[in-house]
Amino acid sequence: MEVCGSPAVTLREFGCEQSLLSRPDGSASFIQGDTSVLAAAYGPAEVKVSKEIYDRATLDVLIQPKVGLPSVRERAQEQCVRETCEASLLLSLHPRSSLTLILQLIHDDGSILSCFLNAACMALMDAGLPMSFLFCGVTCAIDVDGQIITDPTAAQEKESRAVMTFAIDSKEHKVMMSSTKGSFSVNELQQCVAVSQKASEKIFQFYRDSVKRRYSKTL
Amino acid sequence: MKETLLSNCERDFLLQAIAEKKRLDGRQTYDYRKMKITFGTDYGCCFVDLGKTRVMAQVSCELVAPKESRPNEGIMFFNIELSPMASPTFEQGRQSELSVKLNRQLERCLRNSKCIDTESLCVVSGEKVWKIRVDVHVLNHDGNLMDVASIAAITALCHFRRPDVSIQGDEVTVYSPEERDPIPLSIYHMPISVSFSFFQQGTYLLVDPCEREERVMDGLLMIAMNKHREICSIQSSGGIMLLKEQVMRCSKIASVKVSEITELLIKALENDKKARKEGGRCGFAESMPQERITALKFEETSVEMTDVAERASDVVQGAEAPPLMVPSPVVPVPGVGQVGLGLQNTWGLEEEEEDDEEEEAEECANRGEEGEEKVTKMEVERHKKDASREEDVVVLSDSEEEEVVVLHPETSAKTPNTAGPRSHQNGAATSKKRKKK
Repeated sequence: MEVCGSPAVTLREFGCEQSLLSRPDGSASFIQGDTSVLAAAYGPAEVKVSKEIYDRATLDVLIQPKVGLPSVRERAQEQCVRETCEASLLLSLHPRSSLTLILQLIHDDGSILSCFLNAACMALMDAGLPMSFLFCGVTCAIDVDGQIITDPTAAQEKESRAVMTFAIDSKEHKVMMSSTKGSFSVNELQQCVAVSQKASEKIFQFYRDSVKRRYSKTL
Repeated sequence: MKETLLSNCERDFLLQAIAEKKRLDGRQTYDYRKMKITFGTDYGCCFVDLGKTRVMAQVSCELVAPKESRPNEGIMFFNIELSPMASPTFEQGRQSELSVKLNRQLERCLRNSKCIDTESLCVVSGEKVWKIRVDVHVLNHDGNLMDVASIAAITALCHFRRPDVSIQGDEVTVYSPEERDPIPLSIYHMPISVSFSFFQQGTYLLVDPCEREERVMDGLLMIAMNKHREICSIQSSGGIMLLKEQVMRCSKIASVKVSEITELLIKALENDKKARKEGGRCGFAESMPQERITALKFEETSVEMTDVAERASDVVQGAEAPPLMVPSPVVPVPGVGQVGLGLQNTWGLEEEEEDDEEEEAEECANRGEEGEEKVTKMEVERHKKDASREEDVVVLSDSEEEEVVVLHPETSAKTPNTAGPRSHQNGAATSKKRKKK
């Protein structure tokens, strides 16, 4: 959250709670600083004949904004999340079934797409859906001075020249999805990717700790 | 998704238990489940949990023109979203019967009871009034959505602060929250709905039915009341026939419940006000329980950036160099610029027609390739497009395209793929790509 005047950039404090809703098969709330998102996963379940795919599960992602009906912006975010999830889920294990992922925005204080991705991964984990690797989302912003900020707040995003979100996988730390806004050079892009890969290690460690805590016998 | 059927033995079990005054979760007939009210970071956001049923309400406002029939009253808009998260049977976008029923009941409960002073929402009579919008999102459906939605809505309205407005003559100034403290809405009373479910043709009644009990009930009576024992709205659905004594008894129970709930609500609002005054962080993030095994929090951490710059420059250097292109347009004839190599023209058509088609092909190739993901290629494309824009545009044909690029067909080997008419855009695009590589 702090500007990197020093060599280190920071991630805001993050928290997660799993299985907080009783109806969905898997649910998780993910909080990054003040940004919070609630995710729920249903599946594998019955699929409408019009949407069924003969050899894979059909993944539906729905993003609900806080005020009003979902618009084009939510559709674009849904596409990013869906492509990431489809790459990591083992969809061929459940042909002709549906997997539904619903993300509800609770509060947006910047880095919202990466919060969606993280919440999605935790909800899918909580639902026990088979994945070939986990994924996480990291948002980087390049401010007017050219410094790289990770996990920017809404105020920082507004003032920055470019905002990029990357989805990083847990096996090889490669970029699965990128969504960028603003102008930047090739070098800056690669630097942001490298920073995001470093930051993703922290997030994966957090995933591991959450799950370990959950299945531990003592707190 | 289709609703899963309730098995007969489950239904019989529930009805039998109710007949013996037993409930699934051990409550008494008139007991409510445990209620928890928390608030979000910004004003007007509140979460209400009733047992496992969870609902979030958000209030927002904007300045709009008032309704013609009521020029000096503000507008209230209510919307209950049955999120697909709450139950597998809820679908996005479809107005199910339940959704219509809940929306209508909430409107009657809050709007028709005139609990909010709409005249105080007027800014300039006939021109600008505040439109207050309440969005209620159902997050988890475990029964009794109506009660929870009404509690969430009225709590959020009480919690909400609208921007301060000042009028000087004809000028209206709306102050941002940083300039002047936002002011709360003026609320006369707080209507809260209480639901009663009836079983066995009205013989047994339960307050606050959970989802299973709702599946087996015969009918529902909803009474909306405020703590001054005024009934704001009353609705009976399901076609059960109730006796007068039953309805009176229900209203007495409702008044007791409403006063309890109103107390809880006011206490929650005060706690939140205190917490905000003390300057502490408040919101969903803070209300996350720490002692649960399913919850975990990490403090603010820093990310190592030591070898980031080297890694990045390694990647950039190791990447393929962008393919060499003709960097600047070639000017074969004064007033004409050419970018890129043309295709072998084998059609023998007239000069002008060919030019048109080749222009189209060139345009399409440019467009098609802009969709590529590699950053380096994008930059090259950008250069190319820029270059083609910089050249002089000379209209040689009737085409109305702005960018006219005349391609001099060169005698290069015709690739086997480009069979078909010259104006086949895809073919042109593929061979263009091949040429670049």
